[in-house]
Amino acid sequence: MSSKTLLYILKRMVLAVLTVWVVITVTFFVMHAVPGGPFVGEKAVSPAAQAALEAKYGLDKPTSQQYLTYLSDIVTRLDFGPSLKQRGRTVTDIIAEGMRTSIKLGAVAAFSALAVGVVLGAVAALRRNTVLDRAVMVITTAFVSMPSFIMGTLLLALFAVRLRILPANGTTAQGLILPIITLALYPAAYITRLTRSSMLDVLGQDYIRTARAKGVSGVKIIFGHALKNAMIPVITYFGPMLAYIVTGSLVVERIFSVPGIGRAFVTSITNRDYPMVMGTTIVLATLIVVMNLVSDILYKVVDPRINLE
Amino acid sequence: MEAEKAAVNAAPLPEDAFLPASAEEKAYMVQMRPASTFFRDGVKRLVKNKVALVSFIVIVLITLSSIVIPMFWPYAYDNMLGVAPGRPVDASYNNLAPFAYGTTEQRQMEAGEAVFPHIFGTDSSGRDYFIRVVYGTRISLAVGFFASIIVLVIGMTIGSIAGYCGGKTDLIIMRIVDIIYSLPDMLMVILLASVLKQTLAPLVEGTVLERIGSNIISLFIVFGVLYWVSMARLIRGQILSLREQEYVLASRAAGAKGGWIIRKHLLPNCISVVIISTALQIPSAIFTESYLSFLGLGVNAPMPSLGSLASDALNGITSFPHRLIIPAVVISLIVLSLNLFGDGLRDAFDPKLRN
Repeated sequence: MSSKTLLYILKRMVLAVLTVWVVITVTFFVMHAVPGGPFVGEKAVSPAAQAALEAKYGLDKPTSQQYLTYLSDIVTRLDFGPSLKQRGRTVTDIIAEGMRTSIKLGAVAAFSALAVGVVLGAVAALRRNTVLDRAVMVITTAFVSMPSFIMGTLLLALFAVRLRILPANGTTAQGLILPIITLALYPAAYITRLTRSSMLDVLGQDYIRTARAKGVSGVKIIFGHALKNAMIPVITYFGPMLAYIVTGSLVVERIFSVPGIGRAFVTSITNRDYPMVMGTTIVLATLIVVMNLVSDILYKVVDPRINLE
Repeated sequence: MEAEKAAVNAAPLPEDAFLPASAEEKAYMVQMRPASTFFRDGVKRLVKNKVALVSFIVIVLITLSSIVIPMFWPYAYDNMLGVAPGRPVDASYNNLAPFAYGTTEQRQMEAGEAVFPHIFGTDSSGRDYFIRVVYGTRISLAVGFFASIIVLVIGMTIGSIAGYCGGKTDLIIMRIVDIIYSLPDMLMVILLASVLKQTLAPLVEGTVLERIGSNIISLFIVFGVLYWVSMARLIRGQILSLREQEYVLASRAAGAKGGWIIRKHLLPNCISVVIISTALQIPSAIFTESYLSFLGLGVNAPMPSLGSLASDALNGITSFPHRLIIPAVVISLIVLSLNLFGDGLRDAFDPKLRN
């Protein structure tokens, strides 16, 4: 690795850390700008009890001090404070529990999208301008312009309500099939189109013609030369794909009642559980920023031809 | 052969060979074609693109009907048909199937009166569902359009400042843009929308803005805060690179003044990019609005939007699947045709952008 590459990686890391810090800061101050504070609007609380509550959660201190405490708690102990609505549980606990389901869901969706997308895209490129290629392009165009919540509800209406093949509730392993399909369809369609166009680009290159002229077998050309190089642009999509899966999981988990982090986030927004909203936003945002960083660095490392500026 | 050639060469020229051409001869030599402008050229290419043309027609039809239909439709979007002053609530109007009628309407029809049909039935509060879908389409389109305009204005201003000033101003603006760009936009949108919803509601009460609703205003603010960055980047890049183009240099070398270069070279080249990315911004804004409405952060009830209609229909999915499918199809149709039209615009007006 050249020093230029290392410098680039360092620069990207600094930007990533800065971004996470901005997310934490914005989240904190935006949440503290809400009028009335978190304890208003419940039952009528006596001023003494209100003061006691605020003292307990450290809300009586000046905002700047609260901010520093919040920041250092996150950095040193991954502590996002207690949940306001789920008594006796910390935000970290709730997030960790939700993550267990959501990571399973997201990982399976991401890998199936990758597998389906690469295979379909490569086949479409190799059979260019045939009926198969056209059909793949039309279907993927339709999937790319359909919001995930619509896809999810339509799948729910079809498979769980009409045909009754799959459960509508995402609490069991079988119930995760529909949410996984919903989450995977958009990235799969996108990766198919990406693989197809980059595969077509690679197949037109001189080195493919040279390999063919030397008498290399078709299979070896496709897997050893074409596909390997065609995968490079797909790497750049890893970051956006994760961002899509995270935001998609918010609605998908709501539609199929999957007990994951997305549903916990949406619930915390509706019942105004501020520490929970802040914690989840920060954790999910960090996840996306890190994934973007990894896919950017991977992209530059895999293909040395790419100009670093 | 040789002899023939020699004969031709030797043939004497006619007497009038060197006379000035007459007006008819001149007219015969000049081939006139109407001058084509940049805009006319693009439109010609656009019309040739069947997919873009069909998408454009679909968009125009949907937009026109969402404006015109509420003018003459006998039902209003917030009119609960079973509720009349001084009478108990008539529950027979709730959850009507398509083309079904409530009890009083049935009596009217037996008496020979014509009753306007409920094409898509009614919702759980007895509101005509067709007009709600039409009205929701109108709201979604309006939100998408105005959000894109906001993004356009802010992005263009900041982007051109960065591009023109250069130096430190450019550096600072672009670092801010970098950070906003790497923020996970949807999460920030949800966060800001959920907070602004609380903060704005008391502020707009009693003003003209109340009619628009605090949620839509917060949506616009969120767009203004977060989504201008890509537009700003685009404009800055355009201005920076256009200034250095060879044809600008050539034009300058040929003696063109600054005003001419800006009018004839920089602006037309910039404007196609701006229009195209604004056109492509509209579906993404509609998408975001429907997503937020689905999470309960969109338009204020009873105003419908396509996202909130789909969200409300989720509870009754087993009994009334059509209530979900209709708004779902409309959203997909709008987003798809706007995207295809935007792509067509790009291909027609700026083939350079095509990847």
